[in-house]
Amino acid sequence: MADSTPEIDRETYWRTLMQRTLILLVVWFITGFVLSIFLAETLNAINFGGIPFGFWMAQQGSIFVFVSLVLIYAIATGQLDKQAGVEEDGDATSAPGAAH
Amino acid sequence: MSILGWTTFWVIATFSLYIGIAIWSRVTSTKGFYVAGQGVPTVANGMAVGADWMSAASFISMAGLVSFMGFDGSVYLMGWTGGYVLLAILLAPFLRKFGEYTVPDFVGKRYYSNYARVIAAIAAIFVSFTYVAGQMRGVGVVFSRFLGELVEPLAAGLGVEVITIGVVIGMAIVATYAVLGGMKGITYTQVAQYCVLIVAYTIPAVAIGYSMTGSPIPQVAIGEVLPALDGLQQELGLDMYSGPFANLSMLNVFAITFVLMVGTAGLPHVIVRFYTVKTVKSARWSALWAIVFIAILYTVAPAVAMFSRYEILQSFSDLGAMGMLESPRTSWVQTWAATGLIETGQWSEGMSANALLSTIDRDIIVLATPEIANLAPWVVGLVAAGGLAAALSTASGLMLVISSSLAHDVYGEIINPEASEQKRLKVGRGIIFVAIIGAGLLGIYPLGFVAEVVAFAFGLAAASFFPVLVLGIFWKRCNKEGAIAGIVTGLSFTFVMIILMRAHVALAEFGITEPVFDSFLGINAQGIGLIGMILNFIVTYIVTMSTPPPPQKVQDLVEQIRYPRTLTKDELSEAASS
Repeated sequence: MADSTPEIDRETYWRTLMQRTLILLVVWFITGFVLSIFLAETLNAINFGGIPFGFWMAQQGSIFVFVSLVLIYAIATGQLDKQAGVEEDGDATSAPGAAH
Repeated sequence: MSILGWTTFWVIATFSLYIGIAIWSRVTSTKGFYVAGQGVPTVANGMAVGADWMSAASFISMAGLVSFMGFDGSVYLMGWTGGYVLLAILLAPFLRKFGEYTVPDFVGKRYYSNYARVIAAIAAIFVSFTYVAGQMRGVGVVFSRFLGELVEPLAAGLGVEVITIGVVIGMAIVATYAVLGGMKGITYTQVAQYCVLIVAYTIPAVAIGYSMTGSPIPQVAIGEVLPALDGLQQELGLDMYSGPFANLSMLNVFAITFVLMVGTAGLPHVIVRFYTVKTVKSARWSALWAIVFIAILYTVAPAVAMFSRYEILQSFSDLGAMGMLESPRTSWVQTWAATGLIETGQWSEGMSANALLSTIDRDIIVLATPEIANLAPWVVGLVAAGGLAAALSTASGLMLVISSSLAHDVYGEIINPEASEQKRLKVGRGIIFVAIIGAGLLGIYPLGFVAEVVAFAFGLAAASFFPVLVLGIFWKRCNKEGAIAGIVTGLSFTFVMIILMRAHVALAEFGITEPVFDSFLGINAQGIGLIGMILNFIVTYIVTMSTPPPPQKVQDLVEQIRYPRTLTKDELSEAASS
C-alpha cells in the first residue's frame, strides 16, 4: 500500500468522510423525522398508490431510504479507502488490541 | 394434526437444530467464546445480527402495537431500523478497527480508566437485563397459548400461572446453548433462527395478503387494504388508522423514535457483533446485510398489523361482540380467552369497537393472526416456533453481554487479573446462570408489554453509551472525567425517570397503582432517554472542557481507529504534530 502514492492524503480522507457522514445524517433526519413525523399530517393529503403519503413514508418509505443510506456509505467509503491508501491488506486486518 | 400437534412438532424440530448447531460449534477459547474468533462471514454475520436484533419485541409484540396504534406505531418501525444508519456510519467500522471483546473494553481503553470500564460494564448489564426481561415475557406468552395444554396440569399442581412455567422453560433453553456455544455457537444458531423467524413471519402475511387482494407481496397488498381499513374505522366511529398522533403527541412520537434509533446504536449486544467480522470493510457490509434482513420483517410488519385489525373489525362489524364469542369464524377468540390474554368477560352486546379492542392483549396479535385469518394449523405452529426463535436468539446474545461484562471486564480485568482463560470462561458461564434466573423473574413480573419493556432498554442505552462512543471516536479531546460523568448522569437520570413513571405497573399487587408522574416535559417513559442522552452530551462536554485533555497515547489511539489499515508510528506522530 505504501508502494503507490495515494490520490489524497489522510487528512483529506477524514474531512471528506466527515462531510459525507454529515450529508447522510441530514438525509436520515429529513426522512425519519421531517417527512415521516413533522410533516406527516400535511403529506397525508397526497395519495400514494392508495396510501396517504405521510403514513407510507413512516411505515414503509423511510425504511427503504435507511437501507439505501447504509448501502451508499459502504460503497462510497470503500472507494475513499482506496483513494487514500488506507484500505486493509487483503483479509488481514488488525488483530484485536493491535490498535493500541 | 391439531395446532398443538404442529406447534410441538415445529418447536422440537427447530430446537433440535439450534442445540445441534451449538454442540457442533463448541468453543474452548476466550476469543472464540466472546467474538467467535473473528471468522464469521459477512452475510452470515448480517443474519446473526438480524436474529440477535429482532427479538420477541419485533416478532411477537411490534405488529400488535402497530395494529392498535395505527400511524403512531411507526415509532417502532422507524426507530428500530433507522438506528442502523447511525450504527453503520458512526460506530461499527471504527469499533471494529479498535477490535476488542466488549463495549466496556472500548470505554476502558479509550477513556484510559478502569473506573470508566466498570461503569460501562454496569451500564451494559442494566441495558441487557431490561432487554432480556422483555424476551422472557415473550417466551411466556408463546408457551401459555400454544403449549399451555401440556403444562397446565403442572402449573396447577405447583399453584403457579401457565406463563410462569413458560418463562422457566425459556430460561433453561437459553442457559443450555449460551453456556455451551459461546459467541460462535450463538452466531451460527442465530443464522438458523433468522431463517426460521423470517419464514414464520412472512408466510402468514403473504397468504393473507394474497387472499385479500390477489397480491402475494404484503408491501403491495397494503395499498388495497389500507383504504378499506380506514373506511371500516370510520364506519365504526374510530379515528383514521393512517391519521397521525391519535395515541401519542407529535413530541412523543419524535422522542420515542429518536431514542429507539440512538439506543439501537448504543446496544452492547448489537455493537459486539461487529467485532466478530474480519475487517473494517466487512463491518460496513455486515451492517448493510443486517439492515436488509431486518427491513424484510419491518416492512411486512405494518401489513400484518393492518390485516389483523381489518379482520378483527370486520368480524366485529358483521357479528357483534357476542356473535364473535360463539361463531366458528372467530374461534381464535375462544382459544385466546383461555389464556387470559383476551378478557371476554367484559364483552357485552352493543359495546363499542374501542372497548372491544381494549380487552385484547397487544402481544397476542402476531401469534393470533394466522388463526384470525383461518390459516392451516401448521402455519399457526410455525409462527409460534418463529416467536420462540426470535426471543431466544436475542436472549442468548444478551446473556453473553452480561456474562462478558462481568467475567471479562469486571472479574478478569479488575477483581482477578491473574485468572487463566479457563477460569474466566468458567466464571462467565456461571454468571450466565445467575443472569438468566434474574431475567426470568422480570419475565414473570413484567413492567409492560414486551415492546414497551424493550423500549426502556433503548432509553438506557441511548442515555449511557451512545454519547461516549460517538464522542470517543469523533472528538479526540474527550477525556475520562467527561465520559464517566456523562454516563453516570445519563444512566441514572433515565433509570430513575422510568422507575418513577412505570414502577406502579409491576407493583400493582403491592397496592401501588399510580405513577409518581406520567411524563417529564411532556415526554413519556419510552421517550425519556432522549433527555438522558442530551444531558449526557452536555455533562460530558462541560466536564471534559474543565479538565485536562487525554494523554497523547489515547489521542493516537483515536487517530488509529479512524482508518481501516494500521497506521505506522511515523504516520501517527505526523498526525499528532499537524
